[in-house]
Amino acid sequence: MTEVNPQQVSAPKADETAPAKAHAATAKPSGGGGLRLGRIGEIPHIGLVLALVILGAVGLVTVPDAFATSSNMVSILALAATIGVITVGATFVIIGGGIDLSVGAVMALASVWATTLATQAYGPWVMMICAVLVGTGAGLLNGFLISYGRMVPFIATLAMLVAARGLAQRMSDRKTQLVGPDNQLIVDLSTTRVLGLPLLVYIFAVVVIIGWLILNRTTFGRRTYAVGGNPEAARLAGINVRRHTMMLYALSGFCCGIAAILIMARTTTGSSTHGDLYELDAIAAVIIGGTLLTGGRGTIVGAILGLLIFTVITNLFILNGLNTSDQLIAKGLIIVAAVLLQRRSLNAST
Amino acid sequence: MEDISREQSETPSLLAMRDIVKQFPGVRALDGVDLDVRAGEVHCLLGQNGAGKSTLIKVLAGAHQPDSGEVLMNGEPVKLTTPTAAMKLGVATIYQELDLVDGLSVAENVFLGHEHATMGFTRRGATNAATRKILERLGHGEIRPTTEVGRLSPAGKQVVSMARALSHDARIIVMDEPSAALAHDEVSNLFRIIREVTAQGVAVIYISHRLEEIREIGDRVTVLKDGRTVAVGLPAKDTPTNKVVSLMTGRNVEYVFPPRPDGGFGDEILTIENCSVAGMVRDVSFSVRAGEIVGLAGLVGSGRSEIIEAVYGARKFSGKITLNGKAVKPGNTTRTVGLGMGLAPEERKAQGLLLGQSVARNITLASMERYSTFGWINRKKEAEEAAHLVKALDIRPPDPNRIIKTLSGGNQQKAVIGRWLVGEGRKLLLLDEPTRGVDVGARAEIYALIRKLADEGVGVLLVSSEVPEVLGLSDRVLVIREGRIVREAGAGELDEHTVLDLVMDAHPVSAPSHD
Repeated sequence: MTEVNPQQVSAPKADETAPAKAHAATAKPSGGGGLRLGRIGEIPHIGLVLALVILGAVGLVTVPDAFATSSNMVSILALAATIGVITVGATFVIIGGGIDLSVGAVMALASVWATTLATQAYGPWVMMICAVLVGTGAGLLNGFLISYGRMVPFIATLAMLVAARGLAQRMSDRKTQLVGPDNQLIVDLSTTRVLGLPLLVYIFAVVVIIGWLILNRTTFGRRTYAVGGNPEAARLAGINVRRHTMMLYALSGFCCGIAAILIMARTTTGSSTHGDLYELDAIAAVIIGGTLLTGGRGTIVGAILGLLIFTVITNLFILNGLNTSDQLIAKGLIIVAAVLLQRRSLNAST
Repeated sequence: MEDISREQSETPSLLAMRDIVKQFPGVRALDGVDLDVRAGEVHCLLGQNGAGKSTLIKVLAGAHQPDSGEVLMNGEPVKLTTPTAAMKLGVATIYQELDLVDGLSVAENVFLGHEHATMGFTRRGATNAATRKILERLGHGEIRPTTEVGRLSPAGKQVVSMARALSHDARIIVMDEPSAALAHDEVSNLFRIIREVTAQGVAVIYISHRLEEIREIGDRVTVLKDGRTVAVGLPAKDTPTNKVVSLMTGRNVEYVFPPRPDGGFGDEILTIENCSVAGMVRDVSFSVRAGEIVGLAGLVGSGRSEIIEAVYGARKFSGKITLNGKAVKPGNTTRTVGLGMGLAPEERKAQGLLLGQSVARNITLASMERYSTFGWINRKKEAEEAAHLVKALDIRPPDPNRIIKTLSGGNQQKAVIGRWLVGEGRKLLLLDEPTRGVDVGARAEIYALIRKLADEGVGVLLVSSEVPEVLGLSDRVLVIREGRIVREAGAGELDEHTVLDLVMDAHPVSAPSHD
């Protein structure tokens, strides 16, 4: 048992560092004489990867039997998947210079809307489409209020947070709505496994990859950085800043819709209480991942690493039977430490 | 040139600055400046943009440290190491953008930073009473100390700034273009206040471009040119305009302007008919031809930048602006870029650059569609194009992946202009202060670049505060004052003196002439 475990843990570790090393090599071809330590510092997200490794080591030491099992790894990933999808959308919004507080509530609304008896009558595909449409619609409304109604993002999405949750309560009559037996296709997303992983983890991975591609390889992604970094310069370069901002919130809402499908799959329910405080976890993950809250700078990989750190901490606290309040304290400390470290590395690079 | 005042006055001057030198990377902003201010006088500081006025007042305010030179107050050497130190010595500076907090009351603004307080609790009664006293002293008892500053008119805010200066027991009040934001009757009120404080022995250092104001309020004039004092303590009332303007012009730095082409220009590409911008530009009409450089000469606030922004569709306007027959729509820069315009904005860092991103990303910002299919960027092609432009524009260091923040102003500006040179087909370039913050060497390169683009058939509309630049670079010059074109002529027909006369309103102008 203990022979196998270290390998299982070291496998993802190797995956993380290999591309990072390759990147550093291309970025600095002439770095022959530099200090080893200095070069390690230049690897993107090295701090986050190290933090994950340390957390993994803590898990191996404190709860060796429970932590490094494949079922625990799967449950970490499944737990991360829902917020992970939301985090991808939140990364776009924050790089674009905004903030979306409504993500958890919008996800809850989408899950409720998709599990009403009326929607369920149309079958699982319509339910999924419904969830995505509700999410995107709410995001579009956020974006419209912010871009064309000139509302401050914080206020507009705060209003959406409150209102979406209220609407979800109304639609569900504050009851948890079960996914019906005819629509088990949705639940299958969490129960069907391919190569040992449930389908929803693959959905999470696909969202991350597509998000990364959009952000790094398309004009939409470039414009997101420009709009967040200097909206006036973007406008004067001919970019339609308002429309782009609206699209960013729509994208965030779209991600909430997908997250709603995942949470329906995992819990087999739609409920107005789903996703409580998800907005804080998503924003914290993005910030830990090195994205500036002022916009114009950030990465999806960093945000996902930040999220994994959070999820692993939650997992470790549960496995060790520790108080959830202590877990929150630990998360708070991590946010502060991460931001302080980033400021140091930012100052060093300029 | 020799200091007249020193010989005349028995007592030492209230403020004497001697041989102040201030060097910034790439530019010597102050190169031996003298200033001599007596108690109770209004001392005017004159000079063109870039002459060193703002650097000098920042030294005086303790915001910049001079590299050499000495400052004496009442004959005693003093060190203005920080803004607080300057304030303690009795120097109060009122900047052009008044630094008031709109959400606080008049009294809270006046005593901001030195509140009447006991154990951290502000004594509102005492603060309000003290403020009322100062306001009454300024002849503005009608402004209530409890009013929120954001509700006051520009003139009212000016009074509050003045009150704040007096609350520090200022002996010297520096005012940077205080009349720029004021209407005519408000200016006379400002002058009344200035006369009242000077009657109490306070000295006022007054900066303005408007010569008639200086004649009315000023006692003596110091003229700066290219970071040097060219005249100290001239009598403000009697020195002929002619002489003042001559002192301000005729600079030592020689700019190299590329030769104008002999051939004619192409067709009219940009036409502007009866264009007005609310409060800033009134009924302006002109056109730009392909291959022609048209320069707009005027002071800050004359409406020249607003004209450029209207043409670019970045600002609301009335009237008709067309590029190659297609109308510009206000508020739609995407359209104007699509029509073939490009802009190098006035505030390069705030409006032009993505400071945290690479040179390449800044260059390709406006033309990503050129190498993308359905939004997917062909990164190889993009990198090639960026590298090509970095080389063609001689951006130094020649590394497209360098973060643009680390480049010099001149090289940043090349990148901003280069943004519009990706691919062919740019028809009109709008350049607002293209050489602001650019050192002399890079200036010549930018001038050459602009001329080369024009020779290739691009129309150029240029705005600059530096008259020699407009005259040297343009083919045709429009002189703008108070939102109107007051003169239009070939660049060869005008000289610096005439243009300065026109923009500074040294004599009243009759009807605007369009010929």
